[in-house]
Amino acid sequence: MLKEIICAGFGGQGIITTGILISYCAFETGSQFTWYPSYGSEMRGGTANCTIKISDEEIASPLAKDIDILVGMSGPAIDKFIDSLRPGGYLFVNSSLVTGRTYREDINVVEVDTEELAKEADNPKGANMVMIGALVKHTGIMTLEGCGEAINKYFTEHGKAKFNEANQRALKIGYEKC
Amino acid sequence: MATKTFKIPEALEGLGSHGCCQGCGHGIAARIIYEVIEEMGLTKNCIAFHDLACGSNMLYAQKYHGFSGAHGRAIPTATGFKRTRPDMLVFSYAGDGATYSIGMQHTVHTAMRDENITAIVINNTNFGMTGGQMSPTSLIGQKTTSSPAGRTKELNGNPVDVVKLYTDMDIAYLARGAVDSVPNINKTKNYIRKAFAKQMAGEGFSFVEILAPCPTNWGMTPAQSLERMQNEVFKKYELGEFIERSAK
Amino acid sequence: MADRAIMKGNEALAEAALRAGCRFFSGYPITPQTEVLEYLSWRMNEVGGDMIQTEDELTGLHMLLGASLGGARVLSTSAGPGFALFHEGLSYLCECEAPSVLVDVQRLGGGCGGISASQGDYEEVVHGGGNGDSQYIVLTPASVQEEVDLVQEAYELAEKYRNPVVIMTDAIIGQMMEGVTLPDMKEHDINKFDWAYKPLGANDTHGIQKAGWPSTGYDVYGPYRLKKFKDMHDNEQRWENVQVKDADVVCVAYGISSRVCKEAVKKARAKGVKLGLIRLITAWPFPEKAFAEINPNVKGLLVVEMSLKGQMVPDVKLATKCNLPVYTYLSCDVVPDSDMVVETAEAIIAGTAEEV
Repeated sequence: MLKEIICAGFGGQGIITTGILISYCAFETGSQFTWYPSYGSEMRGGTANCTIKISDEEIASPLAKDIDILVGMSGPAIDKFIDSLRPGGYLFVNSSLVTGRTYREDINVVEVDTEELAKEADNPKGANMVMIGALVKHTGIMTLEGCGEAINKYFTEHGKAKFNEANQRALKIGYEKC
Repeated sequence: MATKTFKIPEALEGLGSHGCCQGCGHGIAARIIYEVIEEMGLTKNCIAFHDLACGSNMLYAQKYHGFSGAHGRAIPTATGFKRTRPDMLVFSYAGDGATYSIGMQHTVHTAMRDENITAIVINNTNFGMTGGQMSPTSLIGQKTTSSPAGRTKELNGNPVDVVKLYTDMDIAYLARGAVDSVPNINKTKNYIRKAFAKQMAGEGFSFVEILAPCPTNWGMTPAQSLERMQNEVFKKYELGEFIERSAK
Repeated sequence: MADRAIMKGNEALAEAALRAGCRFFSGYPITPQTEVLEYLSWRMNEVGGDMIQTEDELTGLHMLLGASLGGARVLSTSAGPGFALFHEGLSYLCECEAPSVLVDVQRLGGGCGGISASQGDYEEVVHGGGNGDSQYIVLTPASVQEEVDLVQEAYELAEKYRNPVVIMTDAIIGQMMEGVTLPDMKEHDINKFDWAYKPLGANDTHGIQKAGWPSTGYDVYGPYRLKKFKDMHDNEQRWENVQVKDADVVCVAYGISSRVCKEAVKKARAKGVKLGLIRLITAWPFPEKAFAEINPNVKGLLVVEMSLKGQMVPDVKLATKCNLPVYTYLSCDVVPDSDMVVETAEAIIAGTAEEV
């Protein structure tokens, strides 16, 4: 089953990393995936986004016309991609930044107060982990355990194993509280 | 009375059918380069990267390793080779056209990188092989086949002097010699020796420009061409050693 | 032990080149290949090789020439406008028989163009190659894994024929990330070739004098080169055929477009439309042999390409000796759409599509 995901927000919000982590979780849990970044000036300060496709089968183009999941870390990012969501799709809203909006009624909206929950997890930089936790819970595209192990492995391989515990706390809180 | 027998370096076999014009400076330059190499015991551990045109004539005189690549690219080709085989003596051999026109970017950037190779440049103030067109070092007033009324700043721009160009370059060695007379030839040979020695000691980029006559394209006899060098060319392009960095 | 990782196409290509024993890179930054340069700027040092960020693209190739003549495995990469500057050096690499691997990560448009994906360099890369009769193998990966696999193969081919090999990829394959299995690190012995310049022994009476023209004279050179071209042409065609034996329409595509076509084959078959695909793995030699396997009663061939000219069409027509109708689905700045591929195939079957 093909799942098409866009992560979008401001440059500097860890959008690209969030996308890579979701990809890595898919990879480590045995799925095929593609990850594709947004381009050029968009990557420097303006909006940033990346497209992730996850499937049991070979994936064609890594770009998506329509998507199943939108991780929206900022208002402009949500405006840009919300129309691409298929009916029944999931919008994850970073409600630390984006509040008081009404959305399409044919989609599932999950508000995630990433900053507050990250603080609660004693990992103030863990907003993207909180978001991944929420995404795993609502979409079921992978298991929390598989995802947690993959994220630990990723950080360990990149010489950042010291963040593993804090990451797991943020991931779990996102999973449990959203 | 002691007699001295003239001997061609072992690495040179003679220019054969691709020889230089009468009075050309390339032959002397080739001889002193390979004399130095022989004296340093590097005859079989060196490679010359020639430019095209008159610069590549030396390839036919060579018994051991030589390569002639694209016009203007002898320096980068030598660079790539040296990085692969850092223990060999690697030098480029090109004219003023190649070095200061089509290959000027390499002349600047190789010095910026302080690449551990030696560049030898034969400056005869024109494009020789193609029939004596204006080159970046042609003097103001010099008549060539592409500046028939004489080079002017307005029409053709000013000539370039590598010594001034390299003022701010942190390189191992920079010298300018000439092959117009025995004293200058001996001095030039010494510059080449220093340049090669610095390379073999891993000290960085060494650059030796050699002023040479081109009687054919200057429209002169060999003797007149030497006079022109002394009376005109040396006035624009000063001889001597200009950069000599002490070993790191 | 082979490593599994997730990597961008460009980075995977760079790592795979190192693992094939490449220890010399010279190149210039240009989107969308810059990741190769950036990756090698730290990684090359770790493996004890040399990486030079050059003053321009053509310098890079002349440095490669020098390093290759010294026996090293070498790499340079560029994109669109930068690859245009490769052609001087490419001609020399061919002429001087210097094994080397070059990469064009194709980007959009002529002139400066844009930085998004394109397949508009096909004619330039496949039929170009600088002045003179230069010819080289062109490999066209369609996934990050294939970037890895084909780089390894490229070095083997380059040394087998003593010739450059070009990997022609695109902005999407280069910048997308997928899972890959990386091969083990191999060391390359720069002294293993008798043609390479190396220090001479005390008893050697001659060295090598090589140049950008044949030292043998053109009478010897001609037949020698002809045989080399023919051997490459006859022996090195590579392709992947997908359900072509019973197909009413067969797509012909490479790189990103071929991925879309593969999806289109599935979609078409699901609704009863017999679509197939010839995916090029070599663009030169063009895989003529692939066409022998297709349904003799096929109604048409469909070239799917991210270019405006349908640059592959002449090669397809030649491969089939103009015996089959050829159609196109071309796109500019947009990745071809698999539904559109299916629609076009249906139009071909219905007889409403226009031949080229």
